[in-house]
Amino acid sequence: MHPARKQRLILVTLLVALSSAAAGFVTYAMRSNMDYFYAPSAFVAGEVPFEKRIRAGGCVVPGSVVRDQDSLDVRFALTDGNAELEVVFDKILPDLFAEGEAAVVTGKLQKDGYVRADQVLAKHDESYTPPEVAETMQNKASCGGDAKI
Amino acid sequence: MAWQWFHRLGSPRWFYQKSSAWLPWLGGAGLILLLVGCVWGLGFAPEDAKQGNSYRIMYIHVPAAFLALAGYYIMAICGAIGLIWKMKLSFVVMRAAAPIGAALTFISLFTGAVWGKPTWGTYWVWDARITSMLILFFLYLGVMALSGAFSREQSADKASALLALVGTVNIPIIYKSVDWWFTLHQPATLKLTEASTIDPSMFYPLITMIAGFYLFYAWVLTLHTRSLILQREWRTQWVRELLGQSSVATGSTR
Repeated sequence: MHPARKQRLILVTLLVALSSAAAGFVTYAMRSNMDYFYAPSAFVAGEVPFEKRIRAGGCVVPGSVVRDQDSLDVRFALTDGNAELEVVFDKILPDLFAEGEAAVVTGKLQKDGYVRADQVLAKHDESYTPPEVAETMQNKASCGGDAKI
Repeated sequence: MAWQWFHRLGSPRWFYQKSSAWLPWLGGAGLILLLVGCVWGLGFAPEDAKQGNSYRIMYIHVPAAFLALAGYYIMAICGAIGLIWKMKLSFVVMRAAAPIGAALTFISLFTGAVWGKPTWGTYWVWDARITSMLILFFLYLGVMALSGAFSREQSADKASALLALVGTVNIPIIYKSVDWWFTLHQPATLKLTEASTIDPSMFYPLITMIAGFYLFYAWVLTLHTRSLILQREWRTQWVRELLGQSSVATGSTR
């Protein structure tokens, strides 16, 4: 290869390597800020501030969804396999919200240790199956007991 | 001697003449695959057990996102070849790839928003996957803007190639964002190393669409490169002859 071309090849490689390293350091330094939500374990560990708008995500614990008789409130628990977090919500849940499925809620952590949410989003998983196949799989919950949300 | 084919490839004239034979094959095969994939995916693939019919947006969303990422590498690698070997054609392909990539990125963001509403319950969230994809869109727009911002073609080529190369760092971040951080976006369904978590009856139309998008991309990129070649080389003898001939052939008058 011509020496001038070789030099330019080295320069281009260096440019890509150094800018990648820079971006890598920045994303590494901000890694916790890049998470879209806190896992329930972070709430139990006391990493989440009270009375500030935060997001929590996890698997909706099967059997935990309870609707209040006198108000629109619905209560449910989120889990990441290690800890559980109680959530209270008073608006309409998304269609794909279900027990055993993942959800992401936005709200404020109350002093009593539960989150009063003003938004609940359903998080679907990466598996796609026709209804007949899903039935034969015995209604397998997509995120139950799995630590990875 | 070993590099001769490489340098001949760099000639815009050679590319223009050779590529006219590729166009009908790329375009024809691409359109057939897209048509088959659409009818198969939208009409015959079963609905999803949880999402119902709304998951079918995947048949546009996933291939568009695939090509938005792959197209960025094509653009950046062409920029690198142009910088290193001073190859004119390579810069032309780089410039041609930018608006196509921007359009594909927009399609994947837009279809993602349309898909998000019925499944997540929102059109948009600022999670790592969606935000990094938006940055990709801006990178494409930046390359387009830079390539038009200089009066000297060579300066424009160099500046946009440098931006394209620096931006490549974003591609692995987009790809791995769903694994590195908590996101609302799902992790990858199609996996390289392990079994994909999609039923075969839904997978085959998806892979047909992805193949169709690749061919369609190659077709559009070739078409756009050809038109940019004509714009850049209009002073040369062969372009004048070509255009002179075609204007006589179509009988157009000034």
